[in-house]
Amino acid sequence: MKLTKAFMATTALTVAGTVVMAAGHMADQMTIVSWGGAYSASQQAAYHDPYMANTGVTIINDESSSEAVAKLRAMSEAGNITWDLVDVEAADAIRLCDEGLAMEIDADEVLAPGDDGSTATDDFGDMLVNDCFIPQIVFSTTFGYRTDMVPEGVAPPSGACDVFDQETYPGKRALNRNPVANMEWALLCDGVAYEDVYDLLETDEGQAQAFAKLDTIKDDTVWWTSAAEGVQLLADGEVFMGSTYNGRLFSAIVEQNQPIGMAWDWQMFDLDGWVIPDGLSDERLARVLDYVRFATDTQRLADQAKYISYGPARQSSAPLVSTHATLGIDMAPHMPTDPANAENTFVNNYTWWADYRDDLDAKFQSWLAQ
Amino acid sequence: MSEVMLAADGRPLKASLNRALRRQKLRALMLIAPLLIFIMLTFIIPIGQMLFRSVENQIVGDTIPRTVAALADWDAEAEPVPGEDVFSAFAKDMMVAVELKQHTRLGSRLNYEASGLSSLFRKSGRRVDDMGEGYADQFAAVDPAWADPATWVTLMAAPRWVERQAAWDGEGAEPKFILSASITDDLPQTASIYADFARVTQSEDEESPTEETPWNVVYLALFEDLTANPDVQIAGPVGDLVAATVPQLAAFTQEDIRAAFVAADDGWEETRVWKTIQTYSAPYTDGYFLNAIDLQKTPDGVAWQPENEQIYITLFLRTMMMSVLITVSCILLGYPVAWLLANLPARKANMLMILVLLPFWTSLLVRTSAWKVLLQQQGVINDTLVWFGLVADDNRLALINNATGTIIAMTHILLPFMILPLYSVLKTIPPSYLRAAKSLGATNWTAFWRVYFPQSVPGIGAGSILVFIIAIGYYITPEIVGGTKGVFISNRIAYHISTSLNWGLAAALGAILLAMVLLLYWAYDRIVGIDNVKLGG
Repeated sequence: MKLTKAFMATTALTVAGTVVMAAGHMADQMTIVSWGGAYSASQQAAYHDPYMANTGVTIINDESSSEAVAKLRAMSEAGNITWDLVDVEAADAIRLCDEGLAMEIDADEVLAPGDDGSTATDDFGDMLVNDCFIPQIVFSTTFGYRTDMVPEGVAPPSGACDVFDQETYPGKRALNRNPVANMEWALLCDGVAYEDVYDLLETDEGQAQAFAKLDTIKDDTVWWTSAAEGVQLLADGEVFMGSTYNGRLFSAIVEQNQPIGMAWDWQMFDLDGWVIPDGLSDERLARVLDYVRFATDTQRLADQAKYISYGPARQSSAPLVSTHATLGIDMAPHMPTDPANAENTFVNNYTWWADYRDDLDAKFQSWLAQ
Repeated sequence: MSEVMLAADGRPLKASLNRALRRQKLRALMLIAPLLIFIMLTFIIPIGQMLFRSVENQIVGDTIPRTVAALADWDAEAEPVPGEDVFSAFAKDMMVAVELKQHTRLGSRLNYEASGLSSLFRKSGRRVDDMGEGYADQFAAVDPAWADPATWVTLMAAPRWVERQAAWDGEGAEPKFILSASITDDLPQTASIYADFARVTQSEDEESPTEETPWNVVYLALFEDLTANPDVQIAGPVGDLVAATVPQLAAFTQEDIRAAFVAADDGWEETRVWKTIQTYSAPYTDGYFLNAIDLQKTPDGVAWQPENEQIYITLFLRTMMMSVLITVSCILLGYPVAWLLANLPARKANMLMILVLLPFWTSLLVRTSAWKVLLQQQGVINDTLVWFGLVADDNRLALINNATGTIIAMTHILLPFMILPLYSVLKTIPPSYLRAAKSLGATNWTAFWRVYFPQSVPGIGAGSILVFIIAIGYYITPEIVGGTKGVFISNRIAYHISTSLNWGLAAALGAILLAMVLLLYWAYDRIVGIDNVKLGG
C-alpha cells in the first residue's frame, strides 16, 4: 500500500523534524536577549562587536526582553532553555531569581574587578540588588515636555510635580499604564516626604491619597504601555508632557531634533542588567560567563554610554564616560546621574514592588476602569 | 436457523465486510494522522495543560508538607498565631525548600493572595539555616559522636544502602539513600527530615550523607522525638548512644523557633499570613476561579473582593458588549458591500473584491497604527474637521485611547470576516426572485426585506459568529488603541501571563472566556441553528 507508506513517512518526518529542531544548538554561538531598538544597537556596538571580533563566537540577538520572564518560565518547564543571557530590569531579575529561573552568581568570582582596583562587589555596590542580577546601566523614568506648547510667560516645567499642576500647564499628559512610579509621584507631589512614600503606600489611606492625587489629572491623561508610545505621543504633539525612559527622550531631542525638553526633577532611577538562565549546560555556561566578564568590565560599560544616555552601573566607569560616538556631544549632561539632573530623585524600590505589585496593580486597573 | 452467507473466498460475508471497512477506516485514520498528531501536540495538549493550572495548587503542599499537616487543626479564633509545633514543622520545611531554592517560588505564589508574603519568605530563607543550632551544639556537647556523619548513617540508613554505598567505587552517582525501615517508627520526625537531608545532599550538592553533618533542624527533630518518646529502644551501639543521651535532655536549653522566625521578620506574627497558608494548602483550589470573577477565598468562606479591586466582571461584560457592537457595525457596513460584490458585473466586482482583500492582507499592526495616525487628536480626521470649522481647535474629538477607538479599529480589521461569507451566500440568491417579487407588486423595500433578506440570513449568521468569536479574544488592537476604557479581558490575561506570572489566574480567566464562547455558540445553535450557517454555495 504505497499511499499508507507515504503518509507514515510524512508522520515520522514531522516528529523527527521537531526533535531535530529542539536539539539544535550550535557550538560557538550564543543567543542574547535584549530590548531591541537603540538600546540593543548600543550593546551591539559596545559589547557584541568587539567580543565577536576577539573570540569568533557568534552572537544572535533576540529582542524578547519585554516578555522574558514568561518565556523563561515556559522554557524551563519545557526543559529546553534556548537563551544564553537575558537583559532584564531589576524588578524582573527579582522575579526570575525568586522563581529559580535565573542562576545565582558570586559577583566577585564572575565579574571582573574595577579598573581602579576595587572588587566587583564594591564597584557595583548597591546595584547588585540580588544574587542573580548582573547590573549594566542606570536609567530613569522621567518627563519630557513640548517646548512649543509651554504657555507664554511661564517657566517651562522642571519635573514630575508639574504634571499635576494643570493651572500653569494645561493640556494632556502621558503616563505609564501601571502603578509603578505613578503612585510614588502622586504622593511625592502631594507633599509626602521621600522617606515615607513606600511606608505610606502600604496603607489603605496612603493608596487612597495617591489615587486622589491621580484623579485630578485622570481625564487629561493618555496611558501608554510601551515606552516608544510615550515618546511618540510627545513627538506628535498629542500631549504636552509625558513620562518615558530618559534614553528615548535623549534620542528624540538630540538625534531627531524634536521640540522636546527634559524635566528631570523626581526622576525615578531604575536598573537594567543581565541574568543567566538557570540550567545551562557546562559548555554553554562557560561561554556565557566569559562573555559576561568581558561585557561588564569598566571600559565596556563606559563605552556603552557613547551610544545611549544611560549611566554605567560601575562607579569606576563614570570617569571614562566621554562623548557621543557620532554627534560628538558631551554625554555627561544627558546622564540621569549628572548632578544637575539629579537634585531630587528616587530609586524604584524593587523589593517593595515585588510584594505589592499584584495588589496595587489590581487596584490601579480597577481605578482606571472606573 | 438461517444459513451464514459466505463471500467468494469462503469466509462469512459479514466478517469479510467488516474487515474491508476496518481497513478503510484505518487508512482514513492514517491519512489524517499527521494533522491529528500535529494538533494534539501543538494545540490540545498545551491548552489542556494551561487550563489545568487554573485549579492546580500543589506547590504549597509539596513545598511545606509538614506545616500543612500541622496547620490542619489550627483555629485562628482560639489562637491568633499558631503554636510552636507549627513553627517547628515550618523550620524543617523551609530548610528543605531553601536548599532546593523553592521557598521564594512559594512566596510569589502566596503573594498573589496576600501582599508581602513574597519578601517574607525571601527574607526568612536566609535565617532558617541557624534554626536548631543550639540543639546541634548541645547534642555534640553530650557526645561528640553526634556531630559525626557516620553516627547518623548508622542510625538512619538501611543496611542494604550501607552495603551498596561501601561497594560504590566513586564513579557516577552515589547509590540513592535508603532509610532504615524501623527508624521511621522509632524517631518519625528525625527520620523524615534526615531522609530529606540525604536526598538534597545527594542531588543538589552532589555530596555524600556519609561525609556531611546533618542540618541543624535534624537535631531539632531528634530533640522533639526523644522528648516525646524517651523510652525508645534502638539496637546496636548507636542505640546505646541514644539511651545515654536521653537522660541529658532535661538539662537542654530549649530554642524558641517561633521567636527566631519573628526575629527574621515580624510578619510571622500576623494571623493573616498563617490564614493564607492554611486556606491555600489543598492541592487543588477554586481560588483562581473565584479571583477571576472578583470573589476571594477567605478562611470564612467566599467573599467579594474589596470594591476597589473588582475589575474582572466589568472587563468580561465590556468584552461581550463591545464584541456585540463590533459585530453589529460589521453587519451594517459589510452588508451593502457584500451586496454590491454579488450584484455588480464581474469586472467591477473583482476590482471591489481586491479592495476588500487588500487590507485583509496587510499586517494587523500596520492597520492598527494607521488608525492611530488617523484618529488621534492631532491626527488626520481631527485636523480635517478643524480645517472645515466643524470642530473647535481647542475641543478636538477624542476618537482614540477609549472604547470608540477600539470599536472603529476592530470593525475595520474584522470587516472582511463579515463580507466574505456574506458575499458567498448573497451570490447564490438568484436575482430573478427579486424581479418576481417586484412584478407581483412588491415595493423595493418589501421585495428586499421579505424575499432577499431572509435568504441572506445564513450568511449573516456565519459572518457574525466569525467576527464575534475573533473579537472576543482580541488583544493587540485594544492594547494599542483602547486606552483605559477600551481594553478587553484578553489584555488582563496577557498581563498575568507575561508580567505578574500569575498563570493560574490567567488560566482561570481564559477558561471562563472559553466557556462563554461555547455557551454562546450553544445558544446560537438552539436559536438560529448551526445548520443554517453557510460559508458559501
